[in-house]
Amino acid sequence: MQATATTTTPRDAAAAPSARSASASLSIALAGSGGSGVMTAGTLLLHAAARAGLYGLMVRTSGPQIRGGEAAALVRIGHAPTSTLDDTFDLLLAIDWQNVHRFADEIPLRATSVMIGDPDEGEPPDAFRATGARYVPRPLKKTAKAIAGSWTNMVALGLAGALAGIPAAALEAAVRESWKRTAESLKANLTALQAGFDAAAGIEGVAGLRVANPGTSPRWLISGNEAAGLGAIRGGVRFVAAYPITPATELLEWMAPALARIGGTLLQAEDELASVNMIIGASYGGVPSLTATAGPGLALMTEGIGLAVAAEVPIVVVDVMRGGPSTGIPAKSEQSDLSFAVSGLTGDAPRLVLAPTSIADCLATTQWAVTLAETLQAPAIVLSDQFMGQSRAIIDRPADIAFAGRRLTTDANTPDYKRYRNTASGISPMAIPGTPGVVYTADGLEHTEAGIPNSGARDHELQLDKRERKLRQHDYGACWADIEGDGDLAVVTFGSVTAAVREAVARAALEGIAARLIALRLIAPARPEQMDAALAGVSRILVVEQNHGGQLLRYLRSVYDLPGKPAGYHRPGPLPLRPGEVTKAIVDWARAGQRAKEAA
Amino acid sequence: MNDLAPPAALTPASFKSAYKPIWCPGCGDFSVLSALTKALAKIAVPPEQIAVVSGIGCSSRIPAYTTCYGFHGVHGRALAAATGLKVARPDLTVIVTGGDGDGYSIGGNHFLHACRRNVDMTYIVMDNHVYGMTKGQPSPTTEPDWDSKLSPGGTGVRSFHPLVIALASGANFVARAFAGDPNGAADIIAQAIRHPGFAFIEVLSPCITFRPEQREWKQHAHPAPVGATDDPARAARRIMTDDGFNIGVLYAGSRRPYPAHVGKPGESPANLEAEFEL
Repeated sequence: MQATATTTTPRDAAAAPSARSASASLSIALAGSGGSGVMTAGTLLLHAAARAGLYGLMVRTSGPQIRGGEAAALVRIGHAPTSTLDDTFDLLLAIDWQNVHRFADEIPLRATSVMIGDPDEGEPPDAFRATGARYVPRPLKKTAKAIAGSWTNMVALGLAGALAGIPAAALEAAVRESWKRTAESLKANLTALQAGFDAAAGIEGVAGLRVANPGTSPRWLISGNEAAGLGAIRGGVRFVAAYPITPATELLEWMAPALARIGGTLLQAEDELASVNMIIGASYGGVPSLTATAGPGLALMTEGIGLAVAAEVPIVVVDVMRGGPSTGIPAKSEQSDLSFAVSGLTGDAPRLVLAPTSIADCLATTQWAVTLAETLQAPAIVLSDQFMGQSRAIIDRPADIAFAGRRLTTDANTPDYKRYRNTASGISPMAIPGTPGVVYTADGLEHTEAGIPNSGARDHELQLDKRERKLRQHDYGACWADIEGDGDLAVVTFGSVTAAVREAVARAALEGIAARLIALRLIAPARPEQMDAALAGVSRILVVEQNHGGQLLRYLRSVYDLPGKPAGYHRPGPLPLRPGEVTKAIVDWARAGQRAKEAA
Repeated sequence: MNDLAPPAALTPASFKSAYKPIWCPGCGDFSVLSALTKALAKIAVPPEQIAVVSGIGCSSRIPAYTTCYGFHGVHGRALAAATGLKVARPDLTVIVTGGDGDGYSIGGNHFLHACRRNVDMTYIVMDNHVYGMTKGQPSPTTEPDWDSKLSPGGTGVRSFHPLVIALASGANFVARAFAGDPNGAADIIAQAIRHPGFAFIEVLSPCITFRPEQREWKQHAHPAPVGATDDPARAARRIMTDDGFNIGVLYAGSRRPYPAHVGKPGESPANLEAEFEL
């Protein structure tokens, strides 16, 4: 396929509706019934965008059917890395309209959006029509049919790519690179791609992006689940036991062959009770271990996590959160396991709770969680979620970070060895089975320093103090939170919504509201001194999160002295938090505070 | 292992810790502890190369009474913890100990899957047909008409047959032992440890505190009239039709144990990054 001058000219960026955002981006939804190939087209669009020097995000969404239901690839491409969707879509391109109306809430359009559909597949559903978006018919299926052996999704890819301003050469290269079928098939589909590209001619109103210089810095295309898996391996994890559960399964399916390649094992357990105890057993044996699950599995693991606290066995549990409670909404995102993660164990059970702040950060935060768990001989819960777990983003190649810290072990034949010795740091050297002269029994019963079960008051208090102290006293460094900007207002958040909140803070700044962003990476234990420093000069804070009850707000009020009367903006899933609604929340909150101040 | 110490230096006493067991006088578990230490002396693996893993219950206290590495976890999950340990550390000898409530009730699902997974470890269940630690409630192996405060007049529920369940689920070695014969039990435990794959030993271990009638087991227990078979069908027929007091190895199969790869040389983790590069 040869790029032609007329179709590769970048469209006038001034026509972009992206004055809303600090950095120009374009949002495209590719939708159709299952098997129509929209996910493949979306993925290839990202590959091509990367070749054109752009960044991007692709969120997958599908109906409740396991196979054959409606599906949509929600793509946002732009000049900066992003982990959030925009408020609306500039373009909805439907291969067919079968049940695509079910995505009306997930694919918000506006009057200046463009809808492209195949007239042979019917008219756009009323739910989309009602937005006032302009409909442009294009015969996608007929175009593909005219090219023997080609597929409709390649026509759609060419069309979407052309409108996005991506050069034909980049699209062609992306298709060529991923092609796994015959040369004839490739040839036919490249022709279809070109036909789609040409079909974009005459479609006005979609502001394509200016192609950037890809530069020399290597970029990756990765999902949050894959990034968490790789982070775990970089952190030293060599044993995983887990039970399949949406939306954590892909993390496990990525790790299974990866561990086999590097000299590790993933074991499919009979349930989550088994998986958490299996990783405790493996870690007791000296091998850094992890499991991944979602809310229902985390609920079952509670008892085991408590055992890891009491017996001081390092483990990492990645909770890819989904809508709850109970089975909830399995394939949609929510940040509603936070309360459970910070407090859902019996007894006084200090544990680490961390949350990645972006798809890319799933790698570093999971790696850090492994390091902390190993160093502090405690369980670490990593709160990812469906949105960042299952979405893919173009990111800069993550740096090889070497977090300081590892498990403290004991030498053979250490005189007077006591496994749970009451050290100043609270961390006691661990004897690894196989080491002579220092054998002990790890125990979930309260115990003496030597590990002998003991229900006396003195040992109980001593061990409780020790387990609390080791987490509280540790120097977590600057990683505990991402703190950006200044101003006397602070917006505090965590997890996958950080990207939307960051964008909202930037947009609020354009409206004259200066707020700093505090995205917590380490949620538990609390860091009172660091939080005081982060909030120095702040008069009021707004806590933004994706759950119904304001779980982070309530948690922060319980562990920190917060200035003023902390406010919250929170709503549940399944729809992602969008920058626009958060911007409005910040602006309204800031102005209400200003008015109150003036009235006073 | 210290090369200067010949294996012969290991005696049952080498495996007995200084802690005095907290069991009722006359408990069958004293004899099982004795049988276990005798078996460990026979297999002559140094104590630090052995891990004894348990859940919760009277019999689950055994790990700390040995000089081996011990893991005393939560109720019913001993097999899971032991599975993780053995798969991650295939060099260790892993022995799991527990009771009938721990293994067949709260841990029942793990029992099924441990049998079918066939990880190379030994599971010793001290079966006394009662929950002793909580002072006398019916367990899965309790007779349906056994009266108790919690189930007055009996549960009315037929008892669980652990040996046939183990066989049907794929255990590679199935045996019954009796606490009243510690030497015989020691032989069976040593055979079980040496046998590749998942080895299951049901040890009749009387609780004379809550089931004083179990003193009579001494009169009932007898050696199995024929040796172990490797034919599961024959073993099943024998186990289903015997009097419940046939003592010995009842089945010894040759199924391949669950493979372990942890620690095997592999590629550099950096190689995993190629698939993400654009």
